[in-house]
Amino acid sequence: MRSYEKYFRMNRLPHIWCPGCGNGIIMKSIAKAAEQLGLDQDNTVIVSGIGCSSRASGYMNFDTLHTAHGRAIPFATGIKLANPKLKVIVITGDGDCTAIGGNHFIHGARRNIDLTVVLFNNNIYGMTGGQASPLTPTGKKATTAPFGSVDTAFDPCKLAKAAGASYIARGTAFHAKPLVDLIAQGISNNGFSLVEAITQCPISYGRRNKMGDAAGMLKWMSESAVPLTAYEKLAEDQKGDKFPIGILYQKTAPEYSAEYAKVIKLAQEGK
Amino acid sequence: MQQLRLCGSGGQGVITAAIILAEAAIMENKESVQSQSYGPEARGGASKAEVIISEQFIYHPKVVKPDVVLALTQQAADRYSSDLCGNGILIIDEDLVPESPIHPSIVKVPLTRLAVEELGKDLFTNIVALGLLVKVTGVVSFETIQKAVAKRVPKATIEKNMKALQIGYDSIK
Amino acid sequence: MSEARLMQGNEACAEGAMAAGVNFFGGYPITPSTEIAEIMAKELPALGGTFIQMEDEIAGIAVVLGAALGGRKALTATSGPGFSLKQELIGYGCIAEIPIVIANVQRLGPATGQPTSPAQGDVMQARWGTHGDHPMIALSPWNVRESFDVAVMAVNYAERFRTPVIILLDEVVGHMREKVVLPKAEDIEIYPRRKPSCTREEGYKPYTPMADLVPNPADFGTGHHIHVTGLVHDETGFPTGSAQVTEDTIKRLHEKISRVQEQITHYDEFFMEDAEYAVLAYGGTARTAYAAVELARKQGIKVGMVRLMTIWPFADKIVKKVAKKVKKILVPEMNYGQLVLEVERAAAGQATVISLPKYNTEIFTPQEISTAIEELAAEVVK
Repeated sequence: MRSYEKYFRMNRLPHIWCPGCGNGIIMKSIAKAAEQLGLDQDNTVIVSGIGCSSRASGYMNFDTLHTAHGRAIPFATGIKLANPKLKVIVITGDGDCTAIGGNHFIHGARRNIDLTVVLFNNNIYGMTGGQASPLTPTGKKATTAPFGSVDTAFDPCKLAKAAGASYIARGTAFHAKPLVDLIAQGISNNGFSLVEAITQCPISYGRRNKMGDAAGMLKWMSESAVPLTAYEKLAEDQKGDKFPIGILYQKTAPEYSAEYAKVIKLAQEGK
Repeated sequence: MQQLRLCGSGGQGVITAAIILAEAAIMENKESVQSQSYGPEARGGASKAEVIISEQFIYHPKVVKPDVVLALTQQAADRYSSDLCGNGILIIDEDLVPESPIHPSIVKVPLTRLAVEELGKDLFTNIVALGLLVKVTGVVSFETIQKAVAKRVPKATIEKNMKALQIGYDSIK
Repeated sequence: MSEARLMQGNEACAEGAMAAGVNFFGGYPITPSTEIAEIMAKELPALGGTFIQMEDEIAGIAVVLGAALGGRKALTATSGPGFSLKQELIGYGCIAEIPIVIANVQRLGPATGQPTSPAQGDVMQARWGTHGDHPMIALSPWNVRESFDVAVMAVNYAERFRTPVIILLDEVVGHMREKVVLPKAEDIEIYPRRKPSCTREEGYKPYTPMADLVPNPADFGTGHHIHVTGLVHDETGFPTGSAQVTEDTIKRLHEKISRVQEQITHYDEFFMEDAEYAVLAYGGTARTAYAAVELARKQGIKVGMVRLMTIWPFADKIVKKVAKKVKKILVPEMNYGQLVLEVERAAAGQATVISLPKYNTEIFTPQEISTAIEELAAEVVK
């Protein structure tokens, strides 16, 4: 047994994801981050929404909650406030987090509540067969964008930063090792952390957009993802479809459940 | 059973006055129900509060036919006094209700003016009105309404509010 | 007994919930329920509890579901538009068997409707608002003291049956103030959070039903590593596609409530001994109905009254019994005629059921209802 396997419910595996899907890599990165931090399984909760990525909660050996579509963050907020000693990790997808759950995402960030959101970004609604999400790049094809998406995509990292998150990082399924560190640091941050993890969906996204199979998509990640410091040195015309990875932003800010504990103290002393 | 209606515009404190009156009734071991209706405006707009005071449990919670209507604005007087009992009493702010509705028994007092001139603020109008209401109806004793007001208002303002009650109480003979 | 005081229905609801152990409130402000949130915001911290104002109505129920899983007794409050938005997650609470209470202070709809006006238009929505099949417990108080009692009861039922419970207040009872004497804290019975019957090592399955058909899922953070999902799941809590498990689960969800239906059916009867006619009413309307029945009795009409506190599950047996006894049942409600359909179904032709709907922002007057009683009594004579 490999050391991180205790973080999995081995009897629930194999997972339901398609051959070539990157979600397993991201999920394993979460388990390895848990191992790196020595997370207490009895005091860690994994909360997910609905979609391919959100199935991950069922495979992980903690208290786990598979919520409704888009609602993982407010459920997680309730768990964290009910019992602030719990570490709460949210697993969500691009549609779950930035479309139907978009409002909760920005408000979770605004509160800077201590949740670590791992956003599995495969640029598509995979489970339902490839509909466009708010993270489908303009021009890319989806079953609901057969002529190419005319929408402008969100940059969820910039969105989280503007909304108030205190730790923001991006990694990819190709850069699996650094992803473990990015997630571990997100969990360690006392506040709202977003780790956008780019993952490949060869079946519903790559195939339709001529990005090749899983290997082809991982190659695309290896060529497009650039560490932040290097990315910043690129001239605008060199940036093209490239995107920065690594820790994109960090700040120290009051954390919601700690701030509310002060309210309780104030109210109790006032009595 | 006494059915009282207090009305004016939002911000004049008629709901607070009605709550205090209901609390006073409870202090005298009576049954009391208070309700209100209001529009979307936080200030301004028509505001109506009702109090029913009885010796028995009150089932229907709203005033069916008021024995007393206190109106602090023209709009409120026009809208909420038409169903007043024939032998009921209409109390109006004589400055703010220049066109008094027709009714056999009307008490006119410049309530808002008294509050401004004697206490420096129209904020006390509702308490002045309560003093008058108690004088006119005797629905609770003056001592009880003093207690009820003192219990509800901020400590620092008790003295002024007691004065407001007295001014209202003394505003008619 | 504590001393008599003037209290608002919404306030009593909040106080009752806290008395029953609610220590978490999440919600979104909406007229005419906002007082409940405001009181919780002010009072919970001193009790060591938590209040959070969420970004929308859906988050308002999601956060209380999360808090309940985290070990808290949790309440949210809303009104029509918010109640509509919360429906999907009410269903989530039903299938994942999470104890929460939703107070819905009804206002006139649909849509924004008449936000500050009373109505009882969400009666059917309380039962059928979510998709799919599940039972529902909904309680409707008719006075301020009962708002307190109903809140206590709702919290206890939620815990006992591990299900969302709805408090169906209306603007009349929610916003009126009247004299109440609240029970002493030591006289209030509290149903504690159900606990797992064994450990993970001993083969604990969080959704194994106990003798009362209710499972004991562990609170998060207690070392049981449970999985909770809105998918149909077996006793382990994990999703399954099994037709048999699906059927058994839906059936059990219903039966855990239907088997105790009589215990949780709360109602009053007035003047029924010699009644030839009956008025059936609930919530704020029942107060006016009572005044009307008194008026009609003074006219010599043998009319009685049934007042339902438990709206769902519907009091079939009570209505059947009444229908056998009387000739006609009048059902006044502040809607276009909703619960009357259930009364008709339960009466099954044994008595004529007459709807008296009202949906114009005003509550009934005693005269309106007593006139209707006089009319239905007169028709028999000719």
